[in-house]
Amino acid sequence: MTLALYRIDDRLIHGQVVLGWGQPLDAAFIVLVDDAIAGSEWERELYRMAVPPGMAVFFHAAAECPAVLARYRADPRPGILLTAGVAAMRAVVDAGGVSAVNVGGIHHRADRRQRLRYVFLSPAEEQELREIAARGPVVTAQDVPSARPVPLDELLHLEAAS
Amino acid sequence: MTNNAPRAIVAGHGEFAAGLVSAVEVITGRGHLFQPVAVPELSAAGIEELLRDTMRRTGARVLFTDLQAGSCTMAARRVLRGMPDAVLVSGANLPALLDFAFADDMPVATAAQHAAERGRAAIQSVEGAP
Repeated sequence: MTLALYRIDDRLIHGQVVLGWGQPLDAAFIVLVDDAIAGSEWERELYRMAVPPGMAVFFHAAAECPAVLARYRADPRPGILLTAGVAAMRAVVDAGGVSAVNVGGIHHRADRRQRLRYVFLSPAEEQELREIAARGPVVTAQDVPSARPVPLDELLHLEAAS
Repeated sequence: MTNNAPRAIVAGHGEFAAGLVSAVEVITGRGHLFQPVAVPELSAAGIEELLRDTMRRTGARVLFTDLQAGSCTMAARRVLRGMPDAVLVSGANLPALLDFAFADDMPVATAAQHAAERGRAAIQSVEGAP
């Protein structure tokens, strides 16, 4: 399997992804699934400039996933697939072939409740994560590889210390 | 704004910004020239908003950030879109900030570019001798 990590992270391409996960996974490419970014040349260029030399980045709208994911899975190099939110990851999972989903960073918003230092979820997002898990993938929260992966059931019962 | 107003914002992961500004203060007494910004628990949009607010509040037009691919740098690049008088220096280090702290006779944009060159040149690798 050459898409080694399916990650939900609203910061998308940033230090934790490129270095924290990218280095130990030896990631050679990132697949960024986001409708707005895929549709904006300025945004795409912004993210292209954020990756180190030797790392490629590809952009797709969520609706393109069923047609394109097989191409990345066939790549012999390890890669990381990123979405900014739960809904886009749901579309990726619906396309099939995903065994695990990493919740890496969903940050504060008025309608969200804090579950971990780096995970805030709205009721709708909690339900979507449950639905993702019901389709088979193991869903855990883990910001960096050295942290303990927190299973979804545990995550949804956590009350973060204020 | 007074002469003590920050001339630049420093933003990065963890305590990067506060640590660098603290070091500038210890070495030069000019830490007040920098506004440190930490971004825990913020989304990309939240970081962008925080940087915009800090620039508006302080009048600073220079942003120093830590990682080229870091979330602060990405947010700063968005903030700078449509702001031609502002400058971003990513990969900032202490020598860069010290250079900027003493460049008060230069326009801030020129000072930022000079600081970037100084910070780049200050990184050296020295091997041990037998």
